[in-house]
Amino acid sequence: MVREGYRQRLEELHTELIRMGALCEEAISRAVDGLFSGAPGLREHVSQLERDIDLKEREIESMCVRLLIREQPVAGDLRRITAAQRMIGDMERIGDQALDIAELSVRVSGAAAARDGHIADMAKAASKMLTDSVDSFVGGDIDAARAVIAYDDIVDGLFSEIRDELTDQISANSAGAARCLDLLMIIKYLERIGDHASNIAEWVIYSITGARDG
Amino acid sequence: MGAEIEISNLSVYYGAVRALTDVSLNIPEHGITAFIGPSGCGKSTLLKTINRMNDLVEGFRAEGGVTVGGRDVYGGIDVTQLRKRVGMVFQKPNPFPMSIFDNVAYGPRTHGVRARAKLEAAVEKSLRDAAIWDEVKDRLRRSALSLSGGQQQRLCIARALAVGPQALLLDEPTSALDPISTSKIEDLVTQLKAEYTIVIVTHNMQQAARISDRTAFFLLGELIEHGATEELFSMPSQKKTEDYITGRFG
Repeated sequence: MVREGYRQRLEELHTELIRMGALCEEAISRAVDGLFSGAPGLREHVSQLERDIDLKEREIESMCVRLLIREQPVAGDLRRITAAQRMIGDMERIGDQALDIAELSVRVSGAAAARDGHIADMAKAASKMLTDSVDSFVGGDIDAARAVIAYDDIVDGLFSEIRDELTDQISANSAGAARCLDLLMIIKYLERIGDHASNIAEWVIYSITGARDG
Repeated sequence: MGAEIEISNLSVYYGAVRALTDVSLNIPEHGITAFIGPSGCGKSTLLKTINRMNDLVEGFRAEGGVTVGGRDVYGGIDVTQLRKRVGMVFQKPNPFPMSIFDNVAYGPRTHGVRARAKLEAAVEKSLRDAAIWDEVKDRLRRSALSLSGGQQQRLCIARALAVGPQALLLDEPTSALDPISTSKIEDLVTQLKAEYTIVIVTHNMQQAARISDRTAFFLLGELIEHGATEELFSMPSQKKTEDYITGRFG
């Protein structure tokens, strides 16, 4: 094996992407916990995670630029680095949206939200998409990545259903409109998280096949 | 104008050693084709086989076909005529120990051009085409050995162009040059492809990726893969190619 240092730096890039993915998973998981439990302190925790995610994005960006300048990577290596540069953008947005959810959770009553089984389903589905997209990256698994992209339809479907339910609730009881609008924002963020997870899966496929078929 | 080079089922032997195995490759005109691969992979052997530079190597034997512009290279063509059609530039600049003018006029003179005005026109055109005219026009009578390495290499390209070839074979033409001289040669070669068929052997993969239109990857005497350069360097179809260009061996 030649270019041992280069191989090592590519491995480090891989490891840091996995770490960033794990931070995003934790941020979503905490934000959703906050939504249902209303536990104090979760917002601060998610806020800290969001800052960590931003720092990680910058760190990985620098690693990619260093690799491009020093090693002039080609073929599969070049695709992995290109994909990494795009994936971290999606992960960074996921961090922002997790924080947005955490901030709204403070306003939305935990108990009330918990009664809404559909929102719980949607939160689980969006979290699953992120977890599976990161796993597909770790394992270089095209089938798993394609499954993530397909799963986005489920999240989108849930979004439409819940939005209709919230519209009905507002029509029936305008006094609860503010809370319904907060919940609408929350499900929109969850839907966007699904889109970003889907993008990550597309970049996983690109890094393996050289084509974006998502 | 350029000429297509066709290599079909070519095997080359040096005595009992087989240096190339059943290589088939079409090198289109008006383009730059790069040969890449580790040392000893057969890429220089193939380059030299195209204009019969291996003929005098002991034990050399070629089986299969090589044609330039449809003419069989090993089928009775006069070697001097062949090399007029197919010029070659080597790794180390090798100007003759004579004036800059005489270096470039050497080929036309060999091919019977005697008239002063005709020679001067041929020398100027070749030096202009080789992008060195402005640097040497005021010292054409000075020794070619007084030029820098990069200038000497461009002079060698001018010398090759002076006999009006169809194809140019470049055997690691910049490996002895500094980055500025290298980029001048690369720019020059890129301009020349409009008129000539160009084949370049290079160990510098970034160079192959920068300037060539097509790339052929050789390993242990076999052509592993060839195709559009951008494709070969982004999505090689063979694992051996991927392993070589990403530095996993070689």
